[in-house]
Amino acid sequence: MEFLTSFFSGPVPVEAYLAVSLIMFFAGVYGFLTRKSMLMILVSIELMLNAADINFVAFNRYLYPGQFEGFYFTLFTIAIAACETAVAIAIIINIYRNLTSVEVGNLDQMKE
Amino acid sequence: MAQQIIFYVLAVIITVFSILAVTSKQIIRSATYLLFVLLGTAGLYLLLGYNYLFAVQIAVYAGGIMVLFIFAILLTNKPGENVKTELPIRRIVAGLTSLAGLAFCGHIIYWNVKKISVLTEMADITPQQLGRMMMGTDKYQYLLPFEMISILLLACIVGAIMVARKR
Repeated sequence: MEFLTSFFSGPVPVEAYLAVSLIMFFAGVYGFLTRKSMLMILVSIELMLNAADINFVAFNRYLYPGQFEGFYFTLFTIAIAACETAVAIAIIINIYRNLTSVEVGNLDQMKE
Repeated sequence: MAQQIIFYVLAVIITVFSILAVTSKQIIRSATYLLFVLLGTAGLYLLLGYNYLFAVQIAVYAGGIMVLFIFAILLTNKPGENVKTELPIRRIVAGLTSLAGLAFCGHIIYWNVKKISVLTEMADITPQQLGRMMMGTDKYQYLLPFEMISILLLACIVGAIMVARKR
């Protein structure tokens, strides 16, 4: 009981944010290694990018609250993630048009 | 007190939905779970006091990228078809790899990060400051990355149209 009250009374430590982003990142790694559909691999990449963003913002807020480097890095990362997703989905739609499938196992047919 | 409760609720939401997003059998459900993860991340930004980042995360990720994902899924997926995964042995290997990485990084964080839980007052950021920092060329001002992002977005629009158009 005392553990619970001390858990909820103090401010949230920075490790809690790091733990959340850690779980999110390795969920992304698991999805990246196990899924066959290219869209699902893209979903996993988004999870990993978000985990990195949480780390930047948490470190900026806790260690350097007067400066905004992590804030701007996250802002630019979000923009780059949007670019990357748009181009990747264009490529996936093009592959679907040629092969009628988006599985990574079929991609070696592209070279024929 | 309220801040702690909100944080732990958001942490549980992010954890559960990120694991569901990579293990769900149907691809459209997986995209929906990803949307909840992105919204939870936006909540963490708001909790840390970065309101502008919260708005950007909602608008770009939950608005733009999720619409792209759902359109791509509906364009490329036959309805009612389950998503294929790798063989079971490779899934076990992947699970062990990510658990090992989780344990390693968790060990490093637990033993090396000091218990920093002091939230000092943040310098309040106004939209004027935000714009000056984005358009200035001094130290801690970001004109060059801003312009690079604009060129990258232009190249990305042209490239996406070139790649995805019908021949």
